[in-house]
Amino acid sequence: MAQLQTTTPLAKKSPLIPVLLALFAVILFLMPYYANNYMLDVATMALFYVVLALGLNIVVGYAGLLDLGYSAFFAVGAYTSAILMTQFQMNFWLTFLIGGALAALAGIIIGAPTLRLRSDYLAIVTLGFGEIIRITALNLEITGSSSGIFGIPRPSIGGYAFTHLYDFYWAMLLLAILTLFAVNRLGNSRLGRAWKYIREDEDAAEAMGIDRVRVKLIAYALGAMFGGFAGSLFAVKMSAIAPESFNFMQSVMILLAIVFGGLGRLPGVVLGAVLVIILPELMRSFAEWRFLLFGIALVVMMIFRPQGLWPSGRGKTE
Amino acid sequence: MEMFTQQMINALIIGSFYALIALGYSMVYGIIKLLNFAHGDLYMVGAFVGFAVLSLFGGGTGLLGVVVAFFAALLFGGLLGIGIERVAYRPLLSSPRLTILITAVGVSLVLENGVMKSFGPSFKVYPVQLPTEGFQIFGATLTYAQILIILLSVLLMTALHLFVTRSLYGKAMRAISIDHAATSLMGIPVTRIISLTFFIGSSLAAASGMMAGMYYGQISFMMGFIVGLKAFTAAVIGGIGSIPGAMLGGLVLGLLESFGTVWLGSEWKDVFAFSILILILVLKPTGLLGENVTERM
Repeated sequence: MAQLQTTTPLAKKSPLIPVLLALFAVILFLMPYYANNYMLDVATMALFYVVLALGLNIVVGYAGLLDLGYSAFFAVGAYTSAILMTQFQMNFWLTFLIGGALAALAGIIIGAPTLRLRSDYLAIVTLGFGEIIRITALNLEITGSSSGIFGIPRPSIGGYAFTHLYDFYWAMLLLAILTLFAVNRLGNSRLGRAWKYIREDEDAAEAMGIDRVRVKLIAYALGAMFGGFAGSLFAVKMSAIAPESFNFMQSVMILLAIVFGGLGRLPGVVLGAVLVIILPELMRSFAEWRFLLFGIALVVMMIFRPQGLWPSGRGKTE
Repeated sequence: MEMFTQQMINALIIGSFYALIALGYSMVYGIIKLLNFAHGDLYMVGAFVGFAVLSLFGGGTGLLGVVVAFFAALLFGGLLGIGIERVAYRPLLSSPRLTILITAVGVSLVLENGVMKSFGPSFKVYPVQLPTEGFQIFGATLTYAQILIILLSVLLMTALHLFVTRSLYGKAMRAISIDHAATSLMGIPVTRIISLTFFIGSSLAAASGMMAGMYYGQISFMMGFIVGLKAFTAAVIGGIGSIPGAMLGGLVLGLLESFGTVWLGSEWKDVFAFSILILILVLKPTGLLGENVTERM
């Protein structure tokens, strides 16, 4: 029997780790005081990817369902915020919640009919769905067709308006930490164990009384919801969005992040997301080789190290 | 009527391309239950091999050049398919399904970006254009080149069908798709038959890519992405794993898409096709001629 518990809470391992984590969090929170704008921007993008990767990890890492259209959910969140804020002058924080809810709803709509099928069908359907969302955004009036939506207003809390890069850095950092906390708790919950059980052996899980379709659907909806949140924040950070930000390559990058770090293991997922953003920045001269190298990396990783760069300390799952 | 006939002709051509690619999806799926995500990119590679060979011949390419380019695409595509199976899929055949699917995505990225690095990211104009002579039929124009494409597709599909149903190799393929281990115990070289399957499927996709390149006149490294998705849709419509199903599915999708485009406008063409995919999966996941696919592994 494979060991099912893969995301052991870090705190249980050593008393030093919480201290180190706290120290690390402080360093991250203080980043605007010592980093320049470029570093801060890259860090914000990396945190954004951390949120997306953590959300996708629920679907791919925990429940073992391949989702190749994850950028569709982050598009739903981004467009929801953009449309509601520019056309209906709604408050950002309200649209943030609506964006997450609509993304979750989109997850249910796409998941409900297909989750009964085999998992590889799901991969293609999610891919098709990602394209449907992108093309729809490209064709509709309300989404600004190919030029997208621009002039999205800045959010504010109380009287404090988000005007600087570091405001968005902090917001993204907060979202990333909250997501990490939530996804970690979810992974260790009864529901999380059900996901991993389904991933390991669907029939056995069903025989144990786990409602296969319902549990998968929840994974799908929750994963989509985090994508929606990230997209919503992304929209106000960029203040402009266009359909091409949500193409298939985005979905692949997010998938790559979680495969790189280690499917289902949160420290690995976070590491992978950071690597996927920072590596291309470090090797700017290789920019056009990026996707070729990423493709090779995917194949090589799967053949030689399917558990990822930072697998769990305990026994291997697969 | 004129419009209807013209759309029928378009549908037949597009349907033939889809069907040829869908065959590869279906064969590989039938034999090792792998959704070869990179399959659409072999169509693209075929188009580029044809492009490279025709460019080598220079401006005065005659029929000979086209024939050579066609067979070069066929052969290269097939060998590439074998190589991909050997390097990327064979080591993972016993791994979890998710692992091999992710690998297939990686292979697809490598093919697309490898071609982009070698030929450049812009659209390439095919060095040879198909002659536009033809004749009128019910007010629509049917060119000889279109007839040739349809005939060639039908020929390839018939040959494949005969091969799979009549030859010893075809029998071995069908046996493997039913039971891997038992086939191996009967002394059938399973890995070699799998290689052969990849060769045939990939070369059909490459041949279709070469024909599409000539037909549409321009190619790009991303051309396989959407077409691959649609060919998969065709395979699902017909019933994945079934060879006549893949042909039928290609034609049905070609028809639906041609008339759907008239009805909804070309900007919604892809949305229409993918919606059909989702609808079919919901309503009749076995497809028109398929075996039972909902059975779990």
